[in-house]
Amino acid sequence: MPINTGDTAWLLMSSALVMLMTPGLALFYGGMVRRKNVLSTIMMSFVCLGLVALLWVIYGYSLAFGTDHGGIIGGFNFLGLHNVGQTPSTIYATTVPHLAYMIFQAMFAIITVALFTGAIVERVKFSALLVFSVLWLTIIYLPTAHWVWGSGGWLAKLGVLDFAGGTVVHINAGVSALALVLLLGRRRGFPQDPMEPNNIPMVVLGAGLLWFGWFGFNAGSALTSGGLASSAFVATNTAAAAAAFTWMIISWIHKRPTVLGTVTGAVVGLVAITPAAGFVSPMAGIAIGAIAAVISYYGMVLLKIKRGMDDSLDVFACHGLGGMWGALATGLFATVSVNPAGANGLFYGHAMQFVKQLVGVASVGGFAFVGTMLLGKLVDLVMGLRVNQSEETVGLDISQHGERAYGGFLR
Amino acid sequence: MKKIEAIIREEKLDAVKKALEEKSYFGMTVSEVSGRGKQKGIPLQWRVGEYRVDLLPKLKIELVVLDEDVTTAIDAIVRNARTGETGDGKIFVIPVETVVRVRTGDRNEAAI
Repeated sequence: MPINTGDTAWLLMSSALVMLMTPGLALFYGGMVRRKNVLSTIMMSFVCLGLVALLWVIYGYSLAFGTDHGGIIGGFNFLGLHNVGQTPSTIYATTVPHLAYMIFQAMFAIITVALFTGAIVERVKFSALLVFSVLWLTIIYLPTAHWVWGSGGWLAKLGVLDFAGGTVVHINAGVSALALVLLLGRRRGFPQDPMEPNNIPMVVLGAGLLWFGWFGFNAGSALTSGGLASSAFVATNTAAAAAAFTWMIISWIHKRPTVLGTVTGAVVGLVAITPAAGFVSPMAGIAIGAIAAVISYYGMVLLKIKRGMDDSLDVFACHGLGGMWGALATGLFATVSVNPAGANGLFYGHAMQFVKQLVGVASVGGFAFVGTMLLGKLVDLVMGLRVNQSEETVGLDISQHGERAYGGFLR
Repeated sequence: MKKIEAIIREEKLDAVKKALEEKSYFGMTVSEVSGRGKQKGIPLQWRVGEYRVDLLPKLKIELVVLDEDVTTAIDAIVRNARTGETGDGKIFVIPVETVVRVRTGDRNEAAI
């Protein structure tokens, strides 16, 4: 097919938008930790723009999107971007240069690795995190991306719908976060010592950048610049709005309408609409977002307050639960009137789609959980996942990076 | 010579400063401090649930005055820093051995 310049412009722009989500996530996470761990938390996200981007062009894209092997994994035919050039792929995004599709996908892999770090901030050893990230990308992310999005992937063939990464990105990251929390344990002092966020305005800035970048994430996943992208764009914004507002109301019912809660709600809404964005009507975004906020809020109460689990920045409650709800909601609200390439969900008389979505959630979630447990345990045995007591007490900014965020007497 | 250390509410600084100025006490050092007393702190909220912050922000005013001025200065502070609620703060008076003015090398009374 000839290159469509409108599609190409939109996909390149979307890639840049998704790229900006990772520094946005760094600020979102960085503002929520104590001042001694700001830089280390930011670094855990930002470093993915270096590490994962390299792995992606060297072998990541090939194993996720190369020639299918048994529905499980891609081949080596795109190794080092071999055969990935200025002409379109014959399979993926056939109206844009193959390189544009490849770099769009790169940004998803980058942020997925960055996402799970939020669960283990303030105690994970940086060197161990890097080693774990390489293993995790290779053994968890690349296969699951292939299952869902790769040509011949078994979940794709089954008909599981995931428009922009509810399973591949959010369930993967959220469930892996939970496994890492079980492996690493709580921060010293949790939950009895208050752990006050150092800079909530920074969290808001990060959430704003995430919301902005998410238009590339979801509307960009249309891979064309026409009506479908517009529909996904509106659904995305509507779900974020509904979830932000719902979270604010719940927070208010319990006490006061917090800023931290409201921006968290927005992110949860964006997570939930991700798999559905291009398959559901924009108005379905209201229900998907609002219900996501309720699920995530009470999930957090259950895990953090009732169970005392130290998923420090609530990655499982936001991305795991939000992603699961979004994937299942796709099986409820999907309609071919929005996207003929999709399917009808339960509410449009096709209950099987909901079952397929369940299979997608269970298989990716189960694989990510077990895989992360094994890989994490391995890294822990070889080099230790956690910093020692004094490194944790002095803070990771100084002990891991030799820097501090807010230094000096002179202004 | 005595040093007066007054821990006060942040919002009372201007009133206290003005009152001291009216009594011709100009020199002072003000710093942001955190502390607790009977006020015991305030609850803050996380995404879900809440936590108690028991060290609250206050301001500390330090000034050095002649022995005979201590009562006047303390009165000025108390009158203007008081709300009657817990959390109004405390005043400590400490004897001072030597005062040196860095610019001139003047000592003690001449340096205040």
